Amino acid sequence: MVELALPKNSVVGRGKSWPKPANAKKVTEFQIYRWNPDDGRNPSIDTYYVDRDDCGPMVLDALLYIKNQVDPTLTLRRSCREGICGSCAMNIDGENTLACTRAIDDVKAPVKIYPLPHMPVVKDLVPDLTNFYAQHAAIEPWLKTSTPAPEKEWLQSPEDRSKLDGLYECILCACCSTSCPSYWWNGDRYLGPSALLQAYRWLIDSRDESTGERLDNLEDPFRLYRCHTIMNCARACPKSLNPAKAIAEIKNMMIERQV
Amino acid sequence: MAEADPSSIPLEQRRPLSPHMQIYKWSPTMAASIAHRATGAALYAGTLLLAAYLLAAAGDAHSFNFASAIFGSFLGQLVLFGYTFALLLHLMGGLRHAIWDAGKGFDPESRDRLAIGSFAAAGVLTVLLWIVSFIIR
Repeated sequence: MVELALPKNSVVGRGKSWPKPANAKKVTEFQIYRWNPDDGRNPSIDTYYVDRDDCGPMVLDALLYIKNQVDPTLTLRRSCREGICGSCAMNIDGENTLACTRAIDDVKAPVKIYPLPHMPVVKDLVPDLTNFYAQHAAIEPWLKTSTPAPEKEWLQSPEDRSKLDGLYECILCACCSTSCPSYWWNGDRYLGPSALLQAYRWLIDSRDESTGERLDNLEDPFRLYRCHTIMNCARACPKSLNPAKAIAEIKNMMIERQV
Repeated sequence: MAEADPSSIPLEQRRPLSPHMQIYKWSPTMAASIAHRATGAALYAGTLLLAAYLLAAAGDAHSFNFASAIFGSFLGQLVLFGYTFALLLHLMGGLRHAIWDAGKGFDPESRDRLAIGSFAAAGVLTVLLWIVSFIIR
């Protein structure tokens, strides 16, 4: 349900301000959300200063500078540092994106960094994505067929294959789903933009033979129809995909099969 | 400094909820969506006002004059101005949703233009409606 205020244990307080680097010419301030499961305190915002002459251009570079040179307890997920693994998804300057593909100079200083919104926090910038992954599994993201399997592979024309462009590129970073107010208020019952984009990816796959069954599973006031085209999803997607449009296409498939 | 032993509560229950509404940057489409919801709610109250006016008009001269005096007062006119704006913004929102339901206008420029345009159109139409209503009265 809609709860605008944060629960008592989640209210963010003022944290520590870490020392500025000595003899640095160009310094950028970072304000970062911290929460430690072991000290029993509320989350807080710590302030860090990054020596830009000793740091790469991306927000992820700054986070690793802080972790390596200022505060090794700062906790975050990261892996590929090139926008293909989706691990470093977080809220930077009020918008969800990947820390590795967002340039520090493209963000207004001080750079404000929070974990993905409206999620249970495991530690610092690491959210618990269990529910998000369960929703992806719920749309059964694999080829489902009933005709006998061909001797080699399931064939697809270039035109049919091109229908998957703009859908298959999703890296499951959760930027879109956690940017969506509908998902914030009803994340337990609304599948969210990410899972629905993937649902559409299998719905329009010419090789898939369970379209009707897939649509049956989505025909629900919450699972699909909590999308109110707020479009934060499309704005947030670091791969420039458009979950809002995919959801509109699913809604139209629902209508088409009834008329 | 007596802190409660954090380990006495299961970890899943101790996890805070990350900030959402408090930190998320507003966008035109987000503002248009919440405005559509808010005007939809406001129209319930506005429709009650309309029903009250019609009831007064269906009654005797006294009740009609009474309602006219209230709706004709500065405060009454202000509320009616707000009601017409809410009505027209909600109407523009309906058109916007019809375009999106048809699968069109999802690209970054179009979606923002549709959102900002619905505010602008509702504002212009409200003023026009009031000018026309003052001319024909």
